Amino acid sequence: MFEALLFYTFSVLAVFAGAMVITRRNAASSAIALVASFFCLASMYAMLGAHFVAVIQILVYAGAIMVLFIFVIMVLNLREDNDPGWNLSPRAVLGAGVGGLVGLTVFVGASAARSATFMPADKLDPGFGTIEQIGYTLFSGRYLLPFEVVSALLTVAVVGAVVLAKKEL
Amino acid sequence: MEQVGLFPVLAVSAALFLLGVIGVLTRRNILIVLMSVELMLNAVNLSFVAFARHHGTLDGHVFAVFVMAVAAAEAGVGLALVILLYRNRHKVDLDDLNLLKG
Repeated sequence: MFEALLFYTFSVLAVFAGAMVITRRNAASSAIALVASFFCLASMYAMLGAHFVAVIQILVYAGAIMVLFIFVIMVLNLREDNDPGWNLSPRAVLGAGVGGLVGLTVFVGASAARSATFMPADKLDPGFGTIEQIGYTLFSGRYLLPFEVVSALLTVAVVGAVVLAKKEL
Repeated sequence: MEQVGLFPVLAVSAALFLLGVIGVLTRRNILIVLMSVELMLNAVNLSFVAFARHHGTLDGHVFAVFVMAVAAAEAGVGLALVILLYRNRHKVDLDDLNLLKG
């Protein structure tokens, strides 16, 4: 009961913070709302037994990526008065409407799984969600090549970011 | 989480993804558009983790870690582009970038 209450509290908070992200005119306020949303999601991951993913969510997302965002907002000195506002052209509104319709369809489709429950906690592997088990899954067999590809992608992204943002090479 | 079930988690994920879509399509501030993309990636991660718990396997967690790595790369390159754009135009308005618009 207590867990369900916690889950619903955090999910309402996460969706509310998400709504704040897309409605604030000040980019810094959006960034802070996004951090709040990330923390709520991290607590949901922890409740779902994904301890490692929850920690990584806080370290990488709320830590590294959001610091990068806030750093750029501070460097560019963005305020409310240089926010370009909303794009409410018919095309954008139509796109958002179609997106909403697709989302609603997915929602209705998912409601077919309304009675689906989670595996009882005592049936789960005792190491479920720990670094050790994720390490075994990541480094043995199937996911080894994707892991290496991701490391190459990160290297390329770092080089690309430096090349793009540097004034002269 | 056994009393909650899979559906509410998927509903939260769908709601967050939808907010991200609306943000990407209707905001003109490039930084807020990038943040909306992050929101969508997180919504997908929530689905991955929920299904991993549902099936009792760890593949969803591995995918969530991959998504986070790709999100970090995307944020790095995207913010470099924002800085470049601001240096050239002194604006963060996406509607300014319409050279390739049909």
